[in-house]
Amino acid sequence: MRLLIPLAIRLAYAAILVVAVIVLNFLLIRLAPGDPVETIAGAMGGMTEELRAELVRAYGLDLSLPQQLLRYLARMLSGDLGYSYFFNLPVSGLILERVPQTVLLVVVAVAVSLLAGTALGVLASRRPNGWFSQSLTVLSVVGYAAPVFWTGIMLIIVFAAWLPLFPVSGMDDIANAGNGWFAYALDVAHHLVLPVATLSIIYVAQYSNLARASMLDVLGADYIRTARAKGLSEGSVYFKHALKNAILPVVTVAGLQFGNLLAGAILVETVFNWPGLGRLAFESILRRDHPTILGILFCSACMVIAANLLTDLVYRAIDPRIRTGSR
Amino acid sequence: MKARGRMNGIRVAALALALTALVGASGTAIAQQRGGTLVMPMAQAPRHLNSAVQSGIATMGPAAQLFASPLRYDDKWNPQPYLAQKWELAPDGKSLTLHLVKNAVFHDGKPVTSEDVAFSIMTIKANHPFSSMLAPVEKVETPDPYTAIIRMSKPHPAILIAMSPALCPIIPKHIYGDGKDIKTHPNNSANVIGSGPFKLVEFKPGQHIVMERFDRFFIPGRPYLDKIIMKVNPDDTAIVVGAERGEFNLWTFAASARNIERLRKAGWIATDKGYEGIGPLTWVAFNLKRKPMSDIKVRQAISYAMDRDFITKSLHGGLSKPAFGPIVSSSPFYDASINPYRVDLKKAEALLDAAGYKKAANGERFAVTIDYIPGSDEQSKNVAEYLKGQLRKIGIKLEVRASPDFPSWAKRVASFDFDMTTDVVFNWGDPVIGVHRTYLASNIRNIIWTNTQSYDNPKVDELLNNAAEQLDPVKRRAYYAVFQKIVNEELPVAWVNVVPYYTVYDKRWRNLPLSIWGSMSPLDDLWWAGK
Repeated sequence: MRLLIPLAIRLAYAAILVVAVIVLNFLLIRLAPGDPVETIAGAMGGMTEELRAELVRAYGLDLSLPQQLLRYLARMLSGDLGYSYFFNLPVSGLILERVPQTVLLVVVAVAVSLLAGTALGVLASRRPNGWFSQSLTVLSVVGYAAPVFWTGIMLIIVFAAWLPLFPVSGMDDIANAGNGWFAYALDVAHHLVLPVATLSIIYVAQYSNLARASMLDVLGADYIRTARAKGLSEGSVYFKHALKNAILPVVTVAGLQFGNLLAGAILVETVFNWPGLGRLAFESILRRDHPTILGILFCSACMVIAANLLTDLVYRAIDPRIRTGSR
Repeated sequence: MKARGRMNGIRVAALALALTALVGASGTAIAQQRGGTLVMPMAQAPRHLNSAVQSGIATMGPAAQLFASPLRYDDKWNPQPYLAQKWELAPDGKSLTLHLVKNAVFHDGKPVTSEDVAFSIMTIKANHPFSSMLAPVEKVETPDPYTAIIRMSKPHPAILIAMSPALCPIIPKHIYGDGKDIKTHPNNSANVIGSGPFKLVEFKPGQHIVMERFDRFFIPGRPYLDKIIMKVNPDDTAIVVGAERGEFNLWTFAASARNIERLRKAGWIATDKGYEGIGPLTWVAFNLKRKPMSDIKVRQAISYAMDRDFITKSLHGGLSKPAFGPIVSSSPFYDASINPYRVDLKKAEALLDAAGYKKAANGERFAVTIDYIPGSDEQSKNVAEYLKGQLRKIGIKLEVRASPDFPSWAKRVASFDFDMTTDVVFNWGDPVIGVHRTYLASNIRNIIWTNTQSYDNPKVDELLNNAAEQLDPVKRRAYYAVFQKIVNEELPVAWVNVVPYYTVYDKRWRNLPLSIWGSMSPLDDLWWAGK
């Protein structure tokens, strides 16, 4: 019961937030010059006046802005995300088709960056002024500062063009698709390496630095001195006592950064031609495909809010003070 | 005894060898092999696969594999039988009779009849964006299941080209005639059923199209390929690297000199045949509603300032050809006697002086802007940037306006909010389909690729309308010759070059699509000589 009320309040806030996101994006998108009809004329290599008028009417582009907004909100609340102007297919279908690919990319990237980042940070904290720690700091700054798309292109050049170790783009090689799900899974994993590396580099940099600083902080605490005095092994001190406390800031930051990860996914998916939501969002903006853009933004908003809620719950699981504390 | 036996053996062997050599030398090459998968990139994602209601090369390529059409074309602009094994254009030009093959079936097994042909043609007429293609068609009669007679209100020689695979897919009436709006019909994206050589396996919008051989295709033995995979890949560099790594084995509409050279070095072959039907032109369009573009001397001066040889040789790596008229040089209607506007900066300056735009103290006569169509840097952005430097030499200050993406540029041009802009426009085979739309005064509209230049010359309108109805090819060419001379003089647009589209392919391909429509015609006789 104690859990339910704060959860319910949070969900209510989340709902209001999502509606605000939709309205804001609706208005923002229409600020861009050009409309979906121009895109379709471009895709068609020309258009007649009659067709143009028909499309304008069909897409409600001749209505006033508030009218269009209300129409969209009304439909959305009844669960209808509309039809893509460009593909004439339901937006929900387009999104559902792409969600698994983006989730795969993002979840693996989160896992890799958390594990690698924490591991590197902990290692570095053993000898804070050693060469490993110093070089990690330098590399972290570089990895953090480099733009995502640049990192991606560099990785393609080195590991896909010079040394043909990994595929250049895409998620799978349908032409040479092996038989059976295992061959397919291997193929996807092969294609996944470079995009995940690109997406995680920034976060590995952040988390390793954070983990290192956090570990150093924790290692200076009294209870660690007590543990050592008790005669516990170094491994036990590090992993059983120190890490559990040091990891809290890392988890917090990781949870808060989920939104950034999705944004980074757009760039990575575009560079690697990865068939995910991010690339669909990017292409839809270029096509002024309003229903698809709004549908994706709606889903992203929901995902970010869900991730924040999840972070909260994980926090409660890790930190007993919150569980039993005065909340 | 033994010696003679051995000699006989040797003689027989020698004879056998000689015979084999003869057979080989006579050129009877290896027979076509069945099998193989075509994997090609698509630069744009198609909206859907029904080319009866959607034009554009993104849809036409795959649709030409899924749907058959009454006629197909060879590389000499001659129509060839396809779904129609015989056809007659009436002497008065007002009807085209198609005699269909009797053994064609759709991918779901139902036969292709004249009812489907009639339904398809009237659907295309009602919905296709190229309205001039079938404008004079009034109805299609179907006296028997294998005869269709297209009745037109006036002679319309373009009707034959309008029967091409890219432009006239025969769609099944029993699927699309169910009353749903065909432009948003669900069978445009899933279960797309035609009678073409390949049937649809999977269409993931924005990602890829997978097609496989249709076993009951009406031409026996064809197609040879097992599968066709088309992947959406908008990045040229990724395509080239992927091609080198074997991820693709054919690339159409390649237009960048650098990429083509790179693949040539890797052992691929490049050919520019197969794009004569499309007839793509790069030009600089003028907004005749604005000063100083409204002055013909100014437009001519700008055309004289363009060094087309430099553009084609240096900017395009020698792959493109200069253009100075509205009809591509590969078209039968091209008139080579038009003014090539050989670069002449002195003449350009004299024209500007005569127009009354004298040089100010800082050497400037006037300032204008140029937009460029986003998409191909080589064809548009670089041309605009080049012009900036070139026009400065004759005293024109040119500001290059970048558009962030296609709809932004389209909005500007469609609302006549431009001085000059580069553009890439296709002829589409018969001038009636893709050329008239740029020059007819009746087509000045707020839509891209119409007469957004606001060009108005009644003499030109008359010539074009006469040419549209003229069946006699000699007379028709004469009309177009006069037309080309007039617009070449009056320059509503200043043509720059023919877009150098190339098909770049792995050397193991045989029987490439090299007709005037290239890869936008059925790939039923393409075969793979590799393993």
